[in-house]
Amino acid sequence: MTSILTNLFDGVAYGMLLFVLACGLAVTLGLMNFVNLAHGAFAMAGGYVCMVLVNRMGWPFFAALPLAFVSSAAIGIVLERTLYRHLYARSHLDQVLFTIGLTFMSVAAVDYIQGSSRVFINLPAALQGQFDLFGVGIGRYRLMIIVICGLLTIALQMVLAKTRFGSRLRAAVDDPRAASGLGINVPQVFAFTFAFGCGLAGLGGALSAEILGLDPYFPLKFMIYFLIVVTVGGSSSITGPFLASLLLGIGDVAGKYYVPKMGPFVIYTMMIVILIWRPNGLFGRTAAR
Amino acid sequence: MFERRIFSRTVAAAAIAGVAGLAPAKAEDTVKVGLILPMTGGQASTGKQIENAIKLYMQQKGDTVAGKKIEIILKDDAAIPDKTKTAAQELIVNDKVNFIAGFGVTPAALAAAPLATQAKIPEVVMAAGTSIITERSPYIVRTSFTLAQSSTIIGDWAVKNGIKKVATLTSDYAPGNDALNFFKQNFTAGGGEVVEEVKTPLANPDFAPFLQRMKDAKPDAIFVFVPAGQGGNFMKQYAERGLDKAGIKVIGPGDVTDDDLLNNMGDAVLGTVTAHLYSAAHPSQMNKDFVAAYKKAFGNRPGFMAVSGYDGIHLIYEALKKTNGDTDGTKLVEAMKGQKWESPRGPISIDPETRDIVQNIYIRKVEKVDGELYNVEFQTFEAVKDLGKTKK
Repeated sequence: MTSILTNLFDGVAYGMLLFVLACGLAVTLGLMNFVNLAHGAFAMAGGYVCMVLVNRMGWPFFAALPLAFVSSAAIGIVLERTLYRHLYARSHLDQVLFTIGLTFMSVAAVDYIQGSSRVFINLPAALQGQFDLFGVGIGRYRLMIIVICGLLTIALQMVLAKTRFGSRLRAAVDDPRAASGLGINVPQVFAFTFAFGCGLAGLGGALSAEILGLDPYFPLKFMIYFLIVVTVGGSSSITGPFLASLLLGIGDVAGKYYVPKMGPFVIYTMMIVILIWRPNGLFGRTAAR
Repeated sequence: MFERRIFSRTVAAAAIAGVAGLAPAKAEDTVKVGLILPMTGGQASTGKQIENAIKLYMQQKGDTVAGKKIEIILKDDAAIPDKTKTAAQELIVNDKVNFIAGFGVTPAALAAAPLATQAKIPEVVMAAGTSIITERSPYIVRTSFTLAQSSTIIGDWAVKNGIKKVATLTSDYAPGNDALNFFKQNFTAGGGEVVEEVKTPLANPDFAPFLQRMKDAKPDAIFVFVPAGQGGNFMKQYAERGLDKAGIKVIGPGDVTDDDLLNNMGDAVLGTVTAHLYSAAHPSQMNKDFVAAYKKAFGNRPGFMAVSGYDGIHLIYEALKKTNGDTDGTKLVEAMKGQKWESPRGPISIDPETRDIVQNIYIRKVEKVDGELYNVEFQTFEAVKDLGKTKK
């Protein structure tokens, strides 16, 4: 019984992590209709920034986390202004080719600067180990992930649904021409959204170093997972990818625990079944545009 | 993806001379070694260590042997066998190399085997560790290790030292399966019991669920084999999940506590017992000098891959000395058979029958020495042959 709960806990933590990593992609793909396969590169950038700050410069872990967010967002906004915006109107194939090229460049660049071996971020002692809660093993680090990611999700949902910026963004997505006619600065809204998505990925990258491992191949290794989250969740809202991430996280952990021989396939089987059942994802709109 | 690094100025000079039309005269005095290593990709640390060790050896011993200049041509295969094959073909056909060497992973070494046979040139395997490799071509000679060597020894050691129930966690590919099977064979023969067996996918992001399963199985120890690079992740999550506090020890072949990564793994790794061919803490004077020179040149500690590369190039030098510079492949392989020398890892030799390495296997425990984590050797099994082959 307790091992079921421990697994559930691990699955939720894993799912939350996937969500923070992938929700930026859900935004660019779903809201801005841009296929950004280089998303993982922003996550990796955040992870490495955090690693350098904590391990080499002695920053506390919690101070380095926001900086992982900020630096990835900054890289995101620079690239958006200089490169990405030229591709918004292009075909998806052009976007895929461009962003996959960017991914390979990021892999090579990090490999060159930091070397190819896996890096770890030195964690404060308070985040290490596990404690028992009514016999259920709770990993401190994973608990922190759940708390951070849970708060972020609520905040995101609030911003999108309740704030003026949220309504501007939704308007800009639904009909860019009408929105700019109403005085909304559409390119600016998009740039900001893109940067924010990159920042989230950067934060996710920093958080995931401990669990998924951080090396220069991160963007390629986890691209599949991000895409699964977005396709299964549907890319029209935040709730879709969120629930998809949880489902996949729990499914993956449970699959590996209960049927270790089949474990790695569980996540893919789930994706296939869900997509056959609902081709637009769990919460997808049919042909929004 | 291919890159070609030529790491000696003289080589560059030779290349220019070649263009100028002096090649025929020059080629007579040059012995070319085609080095195929994963310099990019997940196995890149293996490639880097071997490249470093060879550089170091050539700095120490000079680049001339038996009147011939040694030229190294490095190709990156990113540990992808198709690329290994293409690289080997190019090296043999275009560059007319006299040796092919390196090979970070088993599939890479196997992919090049038929080419070595066909071209009749020695293939010196400096990393890959599956038993069958040397059986795939009469031109293959190995200076690294086989997983059977370390896995059978740790199996024997475990039963004799009060470990009765073991759960295994191994990566699901050829070396992982070799490690598992040879361990199981010796461990169960000695009366031990394997209570849980888990094979993890090679590209495994998260060990958590597997480790939880291990924890619930309550074994005396976990036998672990994961490829170099994943060891750190494994040890961190092992500690996070409190398996160390539950009294579950980690044992295995030494890949999991590779010197290359050991120091970053944290104190959770303390007390891990592994059987392996090399530790940077091996207490011989030769090793102390080797470690000091390597650290000075490259800024970090050599691991077992580095020592395998160092011995690999040594074997090439010795073979050339013995043939007096004759580059006939069959003669070179003959010259390699039965070679015996003192390596930084201890005394080693090349088995004349199998062309595989015979070496000491050490049982080591991770301890803190001068504030750094090291595998400290405390028991030696001398001159271990590859038991994967002697079985037959």
